[in-house]
Amino acid sequence: MDSLILKTGTRLLTALMLVFSIFLLFRGHNEPGGGFIGSLVATTAFCLYAIAFGVTEVRKALVIDPKILSIVGLALSLLAGLMAIVQGDMFLTGVWSPAYVDGSSALPLSSVLVFDVGVYLVVMGAVLTVVFAIEEDKL
Amino acid sequence: MSWLPAWPILIPIVTAIIGFLVGRSPGLQRAVSVAGAGLLLVAGVALMADVWSNGIVATQMGSWPAPFGITLVADHLSAVMVVITGITGLAVVVYGLADIDRERVRFGFHPMLHFLLCGVCGAFLTGDIFNLYVWFEVMLISSFALLVLGGDKEQLDGAVKYVALNLISTVLFLSAIGLLYGLTGTLNMADLHRVIPTVENQGLLTAVAVMFIVAFGIKSAVFPLFFWLPASYHTPPVAIAAVFSGLLTKVGVYALIRTFTLIFTHDTGYTHTILLWIAGLTMVTGVLGAAAQNEMRRILSFHIISQIGYMVMGLALYTPLGLVGSVFYLVHHIIVKANLFLVSGVANRLTGSFELKKIGGLYKSAPFLALLFLIPAFSLAGFPPLSGFWAKLVLIRAGLEIESWWIVATALIVGLLTIYSMTKIWGQVFWEPHPQGFDPSPDKGPLKVSRRDYLLLTAPIAVMALMTVIIGLFAGPFYELAERSAAELLDPTAYVAAVLGPDALGPTVAEGAAR
Amino acid sequence: METVLAVTVGVLVAATVYLMLSRNLVKFVFGLMLLSNAANLTIFSAGGLIRGEPPLVPEGSYVPDGVVANALPQALILTAIVISFGLLAFALVLAYRAYQELGTVDTDEMRIAEPRPEPRTPAPAGKGTAA
Repeated sequence: MDSLILKTGTRLLTALMLVFSIFLLFRGHNEPGGGFIGSLVATTAFCLYAIAFGVTEVRKALVIDPKILSIVGLALSLLAGLMAIVQGDMFLTGVWSPAYVDGSSALPLSSVLVFDVGVYLVVMGAVLTVVFAIEEDKL
Repeated sequence: MSWLPAWPILIPIVTAIIGFLVGRSPGLQRAVSVAGAGLLLVAGVALMADVWSNGIVATQMGSWPAPFGITLVADHLSAVMVVITGITGLAVVVYGLADIDRERVRFGFHPMLHFLLCGVCGAFLTGDIFNLYVWFEVMLISSFALLVLGGDKEQLDGAVKYVALNLISTVLFLSAIGLLYGLTGTLNMADLHRVIPTVENQGLLTAVAVMFIVAFGIKSAVFPLFFWLPASYHTPPVAIAAVFSGLLTKVGVYALIRTFTLIFTHDTGYTHTILLWIAGLTMVTGVLGAAAQNEMRRILSFHIISQIGYMVMGLALYTPLGLVGSVFYLVHHIIVKANLFLVSGVANRLTGSFELKKIGGLYKSAPFLALLFLIPAFSLAGFPPLSGFWAKLVLIRAGLEIESWWIVATALIVGLLTIYSMTKIWGQVFWEPHPQGFDPSPDKGPLKVSRRDYLLLTAPIAVMALMTVIIGLFAGPFYELAERSAAELLDPTAYVAAVLGPDALGPTVAEGAAR
Repeated sequence: METVLAVTVGVLVAATVYLMLSRNLVKFVFGLMLLSNAANLTIFSAGGLIRGEPPLVPEGSYVPDGVVANALPQALILTAIVISFGLLAFALVLAYRAYQELGTVDTDEMRIAEPRPEPRTPAPAGKGTAA
């Protein structure tokens, strides 16, 4: 689609939505939000970009193939689950950074966050793969 | 906390991820896949050994205590199913090295297969009914991908029917879970067992139970919900069809056995009578459908259905002996059926078709293959001393024990008709000369199969045939295994104690209507 | 409120049945979409409804304040939505591909995997007629 208004608006909106999606991802830790919903916002941004500029442009902007993205995300989530093995707990038990646990740091770094980032990538990769496949008619 | 029940789920996922990441190199992908399948088998055997010596193993994911978190439980039935999944997985991966073309490998046959195995193992091990739904979905979506892999017209046609009916079953299952949760306020299966007797509205519970019968009935392809199976199972490459025929419907049967021994035992006079009717009708329609077919894989597909009937029959009788029979049958049938599909694939490679009328002459040119066909075929029909004989014997004795004459008669007649189909395949594929007059031998025939390929194709078949013989000749330990599983199924006290702690089954607290 | 939801579920399922009885594959997929929404609403209403009390734990506390809505059905529904999203996307793509390859969306016309049996009349061999 070749529309100046859409293209100009998209440039602004895509950036804004991507930032917002990251915000949602981190906020999801203790408040409404999270990897899944954040990722959907990011995906919407890329879809909008694809409508305005075409799929080829989005692929260029993404650099990494969405399929790989989702596999990496899956690996990341799995890794987050396996982290528990270090402290001798069961699969998927949350592991927290020692600094946060003893109170010297206010930053709650944990394996839960890694898991969420993994979910973020899986959903984005999977949805974009389907959307691109339909758009490019290469099913 | 034991990690043992988690490994059979984690190993296939890791294998699949690595497989995707090395996707550019088919050789590497195959190596990863074989290694992953081998490890899965090892993990399954380790779990089995642990359960055999220490009893039921339960472990809480994320250290959230049951009934709030997700529990993985391995009793004898789950453990043996995981072992069988490992065996089938390994056999199919090895067979696939020669059977699946480069194109399909590049599209991700191996990683997809491991996702499927992950879903299957997850379904066998989970102790949470909603989690069971999730594993069903993992299994389903990877089976979709495998079914259309390569995208032949025939495959798409089969996939449409497969996908449509399985999605309906999925949604039914989901709604049933929602209603069950509304009635009981819990999703943990052990906790459900505890809470079910305290539910006020037992009639509604029976209605939900019937919804589960329908949902799992579609998955396990019982009468009258089996139409998707013979419409789709013969369309993908044989390696994929073999893993489908061996494992997928059996997950449905497993789910039926699990839910109708652990959860819905409040009105067995009603639910299990329905199951008994289903069992009988499934046997008959399956075997009659097979008799009408003239394509090797379609005959075998219909036989899956008829054999499912036997497994459901044991559950429906709901006696110790009946459940022993069901479990024994389940184990024996996975090996035998996957094996028969693999044989049909080799026959196709050598003679050029699956159509009975267009092929023949294999007895002369590949006598070893003929022997490898005879073993699972006889076992399927129930000849002594093969595994199928014991499975049928136990079931029939269970039927006689509670004087359920007609189901016994049905089971025996269906056994005879099974022989008819098997002799049909035997006669047309192995005995008669090839209609085009050529000699379909692996090294001289017009459709040459290289030595390496032929070895890779027949080795898994030979190993599985050997296992059929071993289960038949040394049935003792296997019978004991089935007996132990049946005992656990009929009296879930140990199961509940393993999941919820030893004093969970005290005086029933009025927290039943937890709303 | 439960009554309204129950009626909604009923209407959705009725519409689903109507759509699924069609031979048109696309209509079938639409029916499936409605059905999965009906299932989600079933879970939602079966789990009990409480209005305007989000299940949030206030700052500095470990338990929610007073009676709050049950969060579990919502978690179940979210999972189910994600799964059905994936499955329906697959079903749609499959329908499209099937249309491209087979040239029809009429499920009765899809007979490649299950060809109609040949007529039983024994045709004389060798005398091929343009039947």
